[in-house]
Amino acid sequence: MTTQSTESDRTRDPLPARDRPDDDTVSTSSRATRVLGALILVGLVVLGWVGLVASAADRELGDTVRLLYVHVPAAITAYLACFVTTAASAVWLWKRTQWWDLVASSAAEIATVLTAITLVTGMLWGRPTWGAYWVWDARLTTTALLFLLLLGYQALRSLPADRGVRNRRSAVIGLLLVPNVVVVNRSVEWWRSLHQDPTLFRPDPQLDGLMLFAWFVGWLTMTLVFVWLLFHRFRVGYLRDRVDDLGLEVALAERRAEGAADAADAGLPPAAGAPALAPVFAATQPANAWTFVTLGWLVTWASIGAYALWLVRTGRRLAAQLPAEERRWM
Amino acid sequence: MEPVVHFRSAVALLGRFPALAGVDLDVGRGEVVLLQGPNGAGKTTLLRACAGLVAVVGGEARVLGEDLRLDRRTVRRRVGLLGHATALYDELTVADNVHFWARAAGASRADADGALTRLGLDGRLRDVAVHRLSAGQRRRTSIAAMLARRPELWLLDEPHAGLDAAGRDLVDGLVGEASAAGATVLVASHELERAQALAGRIVTVAGGAVVEDRVVADAS
Amino acid sequence: MLRDARLVAGKDLRLEWRSRVTIGQVAPFALLVLVLFAFAFDPDSGSLQRAAAGLFWVAVLFSSVLAVQRSMAMEAADGNRDALRLSLLDPGGIFLGKAAAVAVQLVVLEVVLLIGIAVLYGTRLTGAGLLLATCAPATAGIAAAGTLYGVLAAGLRVRETLLPLLLLPVLAPVLIGATQAFDAALQGDLGEGWPWVGLLTVFALLYIASGVAAFGPLLEES
Repeated sequence: MTTQSTESDRTRDPLPARDRPDDDTVSTSSRATRVLGALILVGLVVLGWVGLVASAADRELGDTVRLLYVHVPAAITAYLACFVTTAASAVWLWKRTQWWDLVASSAAEIATVLTAITLVTGMLWGRPTWGAYWVWDARLTTTALLFLLLLGYQALRSLPADRGVRNRRSAVIGLLLVPNVVVVNRSVEWWRSLHQDPTLFRPDPQLDGLMLFAWFVGWLTMTLVFVWLLFHRFRVGYLRDRVDDLGLEVALAERRAEGAADAADAGLPPAAGAPALAPVFAATQPANAWTFVTLGWLVTWASIGAYALWLVRTGRRLAAQLPAEERRWM
Repeated sequence: MEPVVHFRSAVALLGRFPALAGVDLDVGRGEVVLLQGPNGAGKTTLLRACAGLVAVVGGEARVLGEDLRLDRRTVRRRVGLLGHATALYDELTVADNVHFWARAAGASRADADGALTRLGLDGRLRDVAVHRLSAGQRRRTSIAAMLARRPELWLLDEPHAGLDAAGRDLVDGLVGEASAAGATVLVASHELERAQALAGRIVTVAGGAVVEDRVVADAS
Repeated sequence: MLRDARLVAGKDLRLEWRSRVTIGQVAPFALLVLVLFAFAFDPDSGSLQRAAAGLFWVAVLFSSVLAVQRSMAMEAADGNRDALRLSLLDPGGIFLGKAAAVAVQLVVLEVVLLIGIAVLYGTRLTGAGLLLATCAPATAGIAAAGTLYGVLAAGLRVRETLLPLLLLPVLAPVLIGATQAFDAALQGDLGEGWPWVGLLTVFALLYIASGVAAFGPLLEES
């Protein structure tokens, strides 16, 4: 359904949209995100074909190189999302508009999901490559600490607080996110370079031809996924704040009407947390490379898919509570 | 002359709860105004909004010439707030507390010592740790800390609570002196008779708004 | 700002002197951690001596969480935050003052712990210059980051559990840097230690600057 037709539907329809929660227009999608979504699906198909079928196995790494086509893009995009969080937090501290707070917090949540994926796929790659799920590699250690920093951000953000208070707190933490990661990374690199076992195999494979192309498609798709998720997460955050504002207007009227004692709390029950990642520690025996590749790809796309689904559903639920003019995304 | 407190349809939120839902209030210089109303009416939030501690998010709010919607910081240096809670460090002595808060407000040690004397805290109590004090003595210490700031606008939230008869008379005396010296006083109190004798105006607050505002005929 | 910092630091230290929480509770806790490490590592195998630097800083880190929580708890009492906002004190000055008071307490803890590892683990404290040069920026960094994240978590009912989650990952570079520098000092490789002192100094400056800038907005929350 195109945006034009939905808008004409809306103007013709005498019923307010909130009475029709099943309506397809009650969502966080817009034409832009649908186009993006289609591009992502194309990217996924191309990536699956090039990465899993067409490209050859690496001379040193064998088939496990195929994990890198999702692992490395996820890592790069996770760090990109952190950068967006810090930049948007800085702009928020300067401009103090809701828009930048929503960008920062949306990017931080996506960064949390992508960092988790990076860690899991990294460990799945490490098992056949290094023989262990975890080694104290500088990049892995930095990413693990980044994940903990992001969990702290989410914990702080999820506490019940006045919106202004919440925004101030998360902006300060968000602003310090990238500086923290840089300092952590420098110190960890340095730390490992002192004690690193020189025989530790740390391959940086030389990609060429179809492998390079597969990596590039992975990177492009993951970046598009990030943009798509950012759009939807931003809109969910916006809708959530608007729904809270609706509750506020009701509360104000009730307070004025002296019914203040038990003002109805129009707020929503807390939304479910980010989707949990599939457990991956079931297999302790070394298995062949394809097990790890399959598991890594599944974990990556299943968790992104679950997260996207959760965003869309939450968006629909929130949008259904608002009048139509509140969710015109154009 | 501009009123010291000027609120028009002022709205203030505590979390998502509109504690002030459209307050209209004007208070002139040197006035003593009694705020009364049931628990939860919004008296405390109104006093805290006047002090620039609670953001006014709707309507107009000007205190001592400052627009609180633009700048809540400047006004804070010029008001004195006596809240329900005493802002004291338990392990420090009475004198330490009053000296710290006085100097934090830019006042001198002499101001602090003067306030201690005025509240009768210059004797044995001076060097007693606050956690050893009775509720009334803690109250006196808080009042001394506020007095040392020499505020232009006094915001008193239940100033008589916990005080003995002498303490209450002392508070009333201080309010009278402050008013005579040109300071403005807002008192929230349930001690209606005592506060009425003091105040020139009685403002009734309910449901986060002013519902009645009358001048006391025989105010001195 | 420095006048305000001195005023606040003086008040916090006077309060600490009167209540003796750091000396009476946090320092014994830090020593207890050293003893527990000895139970966890076999004292006869020499692993305690080898790990002494790291164990020292882990004990400092855990104790610093307690010191920061104590420093924030004294301002969390009913009306104190309001009173601070109503005062003329510069928020940057309040931050510096509270961080300085925490730093002074951490220095006392470090002295106790140094004696502790010397006596309990039999560590020979060599390279005194490098040890001191490590302690100074590491303590400043821990105190500054702790005070900044402490005020973030203060005023929240869950602060006891939230503060370690926020603070300890941030302090990871301090643990790494200070441990490496201490190791270098204890093993006589002084040249290896000095770059780490540089890293600790950068960390301390980053957090002192962030704290001075961010404390005002954070104090505004009620």
